[in-house]
Amino acid sequence: MKNTQTLGVALLIGSIAFSGASIAGEASAEALSYTCAGCHGTNGASGGPAMPSIAGMSLAYIVESMKDFKSGERVSTIMTRIAKGYDEDDFTKMGKFFSAQNRHSANQSVGSMAKKGAKLHKDNCEKCHTEQGTVAEDDSGFLAGQWTPYLRYTLVDALDGSHDMGKKMMKKLNKVHEKGGDQDIQALLDYYASLK
Amino acid sequence: MSNFSRRNFIKAGVAAGAVTATGFTPFAIGGSKKQVVIVGGGMGGATAAKYIRMMDSSVEVTLIEANKDYYTCFLSNEVLSGERTLDSLKFGYSGLEKHGVKVVFDYVSGIDAGKQMVNTKGGKSFKYDRCIVAPGIDFKWETIEGYDANEAETTTHAWKAGSQTATLRKQLEDMKNGGTFVMVAPPNPFRCPPGPYERVSQIAHYFKQHKPKSKIIILDPKAKFSKFGLFTSGWQRHYGFDPSNPTAAGMISFVNSENGGTATAYDAKSKTVTAAAGKFKGDVVNIIPAQKAGAIAFGAGLADDKGWCPTEGKTFESSIHKNIHVIGDAAVASPLPKSAYAASSEAKVCAAAVVALLNGKEAPHPTYVNTCYSIIAPGDGISVAMVYDYKDGKIVKVEGSGGLTSTEFDAKLRAREVEYAYSWFKNITGDTFGG
Ligand SMILES: Cc1cc2nc3c(=O)[nH]c(=O)nc-3n(C[C@H](O)[C@H](O)[C@H](O)COP(=O)(O)OP(=O)(O)OC[C@H]3O[C@@H](n4cnc5c(N)ncnc54)[C@H](O)[C@@H]3O)c2cc1C
Ligand code: HEC
Ligand code: HEC
Repeated sequence: MKNTQTLGVALLIGSIAFSGASIAGEASAEALSYTCAGCHGTNGASGGPAMPSIAGMSLAYIVESMKDFKSGERVSTIMTRIAKGYDEDDFTKMGKFFSAQNRHSANQSVGSMAKKGAKLHKDNCEKCHTEQGTVAEDDSGFLAGQWTPYLRYTLVDALDGSHDMGKKMMKKLNKVHEKGGDQDIQALLDYYASLK
Repeated sequence: MSNFSRRNFIKAGVAAGAVTATGFTPFAIGGSKKQVVIVGGGMGGATAAKYIRMMDSSVEVTLIEANKDYYTCFLSNEVLSGERTLDSLKFGYSGLEKHGVKVVFDYVSGIDAGKQMVNTKGGKSFKYDRCIVAPGIDFKWETIEGYDANEAETTTHAWKAGSQTATLRKQLEDMKNGGTFVMVAPPNPFRCPPGPYERVSQIAHYFKQHKPKSKIIILDPKAKFSKFGLFTSGWQRHYGFDPSNPTAAGMISFVNSENGGTATAYDAKSKTVTAAAGKFKGDVVNIIPAQKAGAIAFGAGLADDKGWCPTEGKTFESSIHKNIHVIGDAAVASPLPKSAYAASSEAKVCAAAVVALLNGKEAPHPTYVNTCYSIIAPGDGISVAMVYDYKDGKIVKVEGSGGLTSTEFDAKLRAREVEYAYSWFKNITGDTFGG
């Protein structure tokens, strides 16, 4: 999955250079991305408490996410309805805009199990979500500093089968859940909330 | 407000607007900085001010706003149910000052389109290269006999948040268990199409907990309303409403236009509303009158016969006066509704156009989004969303986009919509007023 997405980036960057951002009759990357701010915060830095920050995510991850929302493959409350308003060129422009922003860290309260969560993360998640899940190039969303309620929703959706996050991740996540139950999921969330 | 030669005005305005768009942009005289003056610091005006400064910090932006504190209307229905404080809706203007916006607290009394000058009650004048007008709404008091601005101090509209919201909350708190709340809904078009029905939901939630024998009567001059199916099934879920017999005396009784719900008069002494179906006496009455653009739109000659300001959807420049743009509830921007999200989206399109035009460029291609969340009960939210494009000189819905919360959403997803509604509140107010 990671490899194909990296390939995707190369192709996508090519198409940006080709299409340009200000062809008459087409909205620019800025114009498209400014409309997202009412929900995701100015330039994608969310004030929470549940809406995810999208600032600084990778171009490939944003484009893939938007495509999966549009097709309905990825479960959502509202993003499917939003994504259906655009085509892939638009997604590329949005991806370009938000990937150029700095990652935003949530200012939120931290639960008591962060220490346990740190170990669970290191043993099960760090391989793909490197540097505590702060590296855009991992193409898998941010973990450290992302809003806790949002991360909880995504893990609930992964565990109940409504969002397919890939076999390899599910193997690890299911392992954590089977062994430690909801408590250990909470420990992971506490850990991510404790980081900037 | 007379109608003389309005049509000629509009024609002349369109022609002038077209010339401007192709490059004859008036610059500030004497090489001084380009001046934008914004009238009204609500959702539309404040967002435009901030985004112009973000897009081009060489433009000087002066924002003239009547009040030091802004209270959001959105989520004010939760103040009525006691779920949140009025204070949580309050925002100030220091964030905009950090963006270099000059904020002036004064009331705009007139706009001289010829001299390109904005005049205030405080006796000041501001010269502009381009002016953005975002005054929100005013009421057509004449539509319900016996109800006017004076009486509204006692019998609220609560359609502008602040003291009106506090008064209505107090009246609901003072009402006895077993009392009747009568809400008169407005005719189309009006600010926030789902708003009155979210209000009913929140007040029903309050009654259910604290005054369960009480009743709510909706008198509506329309047959149906925004998110109709989602609201009525929500009321059925929580508040004993019967969609197949909507006027029945459950907690919520909905009397629509077809059943004589159109209100025509109000007797303040007996708190009685007269509608086609008869007389409705309430212990607490809330009248949301028919609406029109804010007063300054009429003073400046920007409104049409229907009471709203016609605009060109690519720039939001007035179709009547060139170099003046109108955004937010006051503007005709259909199919965009009169909502905070739409006002914010219009403001960004307008800001980009104003910056381009001031720099002698053509306005860029616009794109718009609207979303409205409504909270039916704690943990039970619904929404409507839409993406819009600009085609053949018109704002159009993007086919296949947007729409309502799916009726198949389970409790898990409806609970998320409430959490996301609160996040939307946080982010849209931050995007508008944040430094
Ligand atoms: C109960 C309720 C619930 C709502 N819920 C939602 C929701 O969930 N989602 C949503 O998107 N929208 C919602 N809305 C709608 C939203 O509040 C409005 O659409 C939005 O505020 C419109 O922005 P605006 O800039 O046009 O007007 P406003 O925000 O009203 O701003 C106008 C400003 O101009 C100032 N002003 C006016 N005239 C002058 C003058 N002559 N001189 C100086 N200043 C002046 C006023 O003081 C005011 O600050 C709701 C509305 C209500 C009533
Ligand atoms: C009405 C509010 C709203 C608007 C407008 C909106 N979003 Fe979202 N977005 C959400 C919500 C809520 C989620 C979580 C998924 C869901 O339930 O829909 C989300 C999730 C996302 C995600 C996934 C984040 C992750 O960590 O995986 C991306 C990417 C995203 N949105 C991009 C955008 C872009 C780009 C726009 C502008 C075109 C946009 N959104 C507009 C509400 C919104
Ligand atoms: C094999 C690699 C891999 C492993 C191991 C892995 N993940 Fe993931 N994770 C991914 C990928 C890829 C995605 C993006 C999936 C998608 O968008 O469909 C993802 C997405 C996520 C998301 C959603 C992020 C968002 O913004 O929506 C969360 C939360 C998450 N992972 C948590 C974890 C946790 C916790 C673990 C350890 C228990 C873990 N992951 C282990 C690859 C992995």
